[in-house]
Amino acid sequence: MTEALALWSYLAQEPLLWLTLTLGAYVTAEILSQLAGRHALANPVLIAVILLAAVLRLTGTPYNTYFEGAQFVHFMLGPATVGLALPLYLNLSKVRRALWPMLAALLAGSLVAMVSALGLAWLFGVRGAVLLSLAPKSATAPVALGVSEAVGGLPTLTAALVILTGIVGAVVSTPMLNMLGVKDWRARGFAVGVAAHGIGTAHAFRIHPTAGAFSGIGMGLNAVLTAVLAPLVVGLLF
Amino acid sequence: MIRVLAILLVYQLAGETVSRGLTLAVPGPVIGLAALFVTFLVVPRLADYMRETVTGFLSHLSLLFVPAGVGVVAHLDAFAEYGVGLFVALIGSTVLAILAGVGAFLLVAKLTGVGDD
Repeated sequence: MTEALALWSYLAQEPLLWLTLTLGAYVTAEILSQLAGRHALANPVLIAVILLAAVLRLTGTPYNTYFEGAQFVHFMLGPATVGLALPLYLNLSKVRRALWPMLAALLAGSLVAMVSALGLAWLFGVRGAVLLSLAPKSATAPVALGVSEAVGGLPTLTAALVILTGIVGAVVSTPMLNMLGVKDWRARGFAVGVAAHGIGTAHAFRIHPTAGAFSGIGMGLNAVLTAVLAPLVVGLLF
Repeated sequence: MIRVLAILLVYQLAGETVSRGLTLAVPGPVIGLAALFVTFLVVPRLADYMRETVTGFLSHLSLLFVPAGVGVVAHLDAFAEYGVGLFVALIGSTVLAILAGVGAFLLVAKLTGVGDD
């Protein structure tokens, strides 16, 4: 028993265990998602996160220890974002034709995300720095953190809001847009990318390649627009 | 595969350098994305070369968000203190933003006559 404990305390401090568990949780989540017929609620990010959070809680492992291993996966977000240039290039003719619709969707999606988040939270009595942390939550994380700081929000809270926004977008978009009978993959992908950044884009790629390509563009453009628009919106409203 | 990864990292590094060097609000990887896209326009062969690896990589984009997601859930207790209003705002605004985006896209696509293929 003490030997098993000693082995555990060694492994629990090593990046290898947490990196392996991260990939294991994701593979398990993928299989569960397939078994559930790719149901929107069976989102692999959501399942993997719940599985890993449960393991951390049961073993009393601090997040920092977990991240020692998981950072190798987290790091790949950068090169993956650069890689979004490929679907953008492959869909170039479609993208060129849809320039005006994309511009309209970008403005509408970005503004509605900001104003409705601030408005709804305000109605529920959220005030001050917590409220302002909501403004950039549809933008991709590195942009959102910088903007949050600039408008007087709490960057760590914004980081959590960004991730949760992405998960909400990935879970609700497909059933909602199917119900509404929206068949244009360009519109579906682009709107999800604007509203739910990379997690929405990851979801869009799983649904349809065109949706994924347009979602990546929406994410990239909204990163830029949020940086410009959020200080203006916050300045106007407060 | 390693060569493709090296190309991606070089573009990210270049993007980070430009972003930090000029203190731009746009993050380094997004600048790297734009630069790689421009390179594809000039050298279409590079896109063919990178196609298989990058497509495979992007099909598992979801995995890359798992560590950050665990961080949120690990701190969910602290998050709940901020109250139910934050959750309502989060879900409500995301739904509204998607609807607004799709609506605006479809409306302008119809007005300008650029229907889906």
